[in-house]
Amino acid sequence: MIAEYGMFALIMALISASGLTLIPMWGSYASHGAAMNAAKPLAAASFFFCAISFGFLVAAFLQDDFSLVVVGNNSNSMLPMFYKFSAVWGNHEGSMLLWVLVLCSWTFAVALFSSELPQILYARVLSVMGAIGVGFIGFSLFTSNPFARNLPDIPADGRDLNPLLQDPGLIIHPPILYMGYVGFSVAFAFAIAALLGGRLDAAWARWSRPWTNAAWGFLTLGIMLGSWWAYYELGWGGWWFWDPVENASFMPWLAGTALVHSLAVTEKRGVFKSWTVLLAIASFSLSLLGTFLVRSGVLTSVHAFAADPERGMYILVFLLVVVGGSLVLYALRAPAVNSGIRNAWLSRETLLLFNNVVFLVATLTVLFGTLFPLLMDALGQGKYSVGPPYFNAVFVPLMALLVPVMGVGPFVRWRQDKANRWQHYLLVSAIASVAAGVLLPFLGEGFNLWVALSVLLAVWIVMGLLTDLRLKKTGAQSWRQVLGRQGASYWGMMLAHLGFAMCVISVVVVTQWNVEKDLRMEPGDSAELAGYRFEFHGAGPVTGPNYRGDEGVFTAYVEGKRIAELRPQKRQYLASGQVMTEAAIDAGFTRDLYVAMGEALGADGAWSVRLHYKPLVRWMWIGATFIGFGGFITLLDRRYRRVRAKQASEALAHA
Amino acid sequence: MHPIRKKRLMIVLAVVILSSAGIGLVTYGLRGNINLFYPPAAVIAGKAPIGQSIRVGGMVVEGSIVRSQSSLDVRFDVTDYAGTVPVLYSGILPDLFDEGQGVVAAGKLDETGVFVAHEVLAKHDENYMPPEVAEALKAAGKEI
Repeated sequence: MIAEYGMFALIMALISASGLTLIPMWGSYASHGAAMNAAKPLAAASFFFCAISFGFLVAAFLQDDFSLVVVGNNSNSMLPMFYKFSAVWGNHEGSMLLWVLVLCSWTFAVALFSSELPQILYARVLSVMGAIGVGFIGFSLFTSNPFARNLPDIPADGRDLNPLLQDPGLIIHPPILYMGYVGFSVAFAFAIAALLGGRLDAAWARWSRPWTNAAWGFLTLGIMLGSWWAYYELGWGGWWFWDPVENASFMPWLAGTALVHSLAVTEKRGVFKSWTVLLAIASFSLSLLGTFLVRSGVLTSVHAFAADPERGMYILVFLLVVVGGSLVLYALRAPAVNSGIRNAWLSRETLLLFNNVVFLVATLTVLFGTLFPLLMDALGQGKYSVGPPYFNAVFVPLMALLVPVMGVGPFVRWRQDKANRWQHYLLVSAIASVAAGVLLPFLGEGFNLWVALSVLLAVWIVMGLLTDLRLKKTGAQSWRQVLGRQGASYWGMMLAHLGFAMCVISVVVVTQWNVEKDLRMEPGDSAELAGYRFEFHGAGPVTGPNYRGDEGVFTAYVEGKRIAELRPQKRQYLASGQVMTEAAIDAGFTRDLYVAMGEALGADGAWSVRLHYKPLVRWMWIGATFIGFGGFITLLDRRYRRVRAKQASEALAHA
Repeated sequence: MHPIRKKRLMIVLAVVILSSAGIGLVTYGLRGNINLFYPPAAVIAGKAPIGQSIRVGGMVVEGSIVRSQSSLDVRFDVTDYAGTVPVLYSGILPDLFDEGQGVVAAGKLDETGVFVAHEVLAKHDENYMPPEVAEALKAAGKEI
């Protein structure tokens, strides 16, 4: 009966979400207080029913109820318990239900924590969230029902979860990523509600900003986890492939990064309003586009679930309604651009505008590269694929363009600034970064132009942050006072920019100095790689809970000293027969050693082996984690609570 | 000119310059970095360019995989049942590479009609077939 209860709860969630879409929205136009007040209980109800529905699907997986199609296709009685749990979202139907649950959770969170909003705005924001909920719950129910039954032929055992997904990284990657993806719906709902009400101001930005920063932080962490998982699980040591589905999550991130910065301008200075609204619409639309690309199977990708044109059609139509509808509304209601340019050339506004333009151009170039194969196919020009070289060629220069401004942006004043206030510090920054760029590469493999440039850029960013702190210290203040005075959003910005600097160095160093060898190795063979010697001792059988395989034993030496033993595996999963590479990694702050086994060659115990030396590769994930946590830290800023209450009362007085 | 107009003009100019730079980068990036898919039948018919970066995909012919005893060189045939192309590859093959499975290889065709691959992609789970391969097989009249 579990499936029927789950289905019933999902239908109830659809009904509550429909109520949430219609009743408060109607109330906001009819000035019907009770109807607007219904938003909160309706949001709670749709969350409650989604959670129950999701709970029943989890129960079905944990109980090995193979009468359900999704359980039969994606689980197995031998699967360890925590993978049975994560198998819930290791398939299309279940992950859609997770998506819906995350959406309802955001809606409920907005209902709980934004009750200081003016009543009309509150009702409309939740109504818009409700409408998105209707779209996705409907998608789940009508095109990808997770509770469909395998009747009357119930399989004796399940076909197993794809072994690639049997991994701790996959337990957390999808939920965190969805928190980010779906979280942009809050920024979108605020934008639509503001357009409907025609009230777009600094207060609006202040309300919408913490939600946007939170969603952006989650998306950053989600993408980071995906990259890390691909690195150790796919067995070829890559960390970013410009795969269409990676791009699908990266485009909303790029637009979201622009949004996070432009919201700062709108909040602090009350300008860029129309632009900010447009970015909020764009970020969420790109999230939807990403969903469409992943779920329709139109693109070849490691993430594509089995293709189903009906699903693709549903999301495409939904995407057109959302994008089309919101752009029409934007065209009709966006405030005229004449909010006036009240800032001088040398001002933080100008620099942030530059940031926005760069991120937007980057988004568009990635979008173009991702859609190019679809476009050519639709025009009958053949089946093209656009490879990483394209994306690297367009993306890297754009990011490099950003950095000079990042080293200045934090300390340039709003509205108007004079360069002579900080010229001498800028000179110090410049000298320090050039010196670091020239000298630091010698800590590694010696001088390399690209590494030198990346160090130069990263140090320039960090020097900019330090200069800002130095400029904030005036007169007789102690450092303690200066540091204590800074709010959480300031420290969030510092951490995120520091993380970005780490990513810049890591990406370039690992690309330039990565050493990779594919070899044939017999037991007793050893191979030299970047000063490390790898000795292969042979491979023997190994057995796991739901797989059998071979485990190789390698020892790594540096200058004759033994530093690590690495045991990569080649597994064959029993239920599906699928073969999987389990790489062995000796992780370190300055470098990773990475060993993966290809296949057994011949009778003398030889294997094809892949050896990697990856300098500073961890800095990328540490840096990305800093960026994500930077987003979260800004939420702690007292300003959002204190001023929010004040603004709300002001807004009510105006209403 | 009015100072505000002047500023606006400068902003428009900046946007134009940056987006042209973007378009320039895109055009530069696309040159030589996109590759077209050819089914084996089209390669056999001589429709595929020689020495250019392309992709070829189909099913790996049963019994066609030949490995070198001393290196990681491997040779196999890819077919869409309307044509068969020999493929040379050096390196580690993906986990799901096997005889009778769908693969897509990226590389260049040499003068003798051998496809020298620098990358071989197999499907990543047993239910999934690369769309190009599925279509090529369908075009050749082979349903899967």
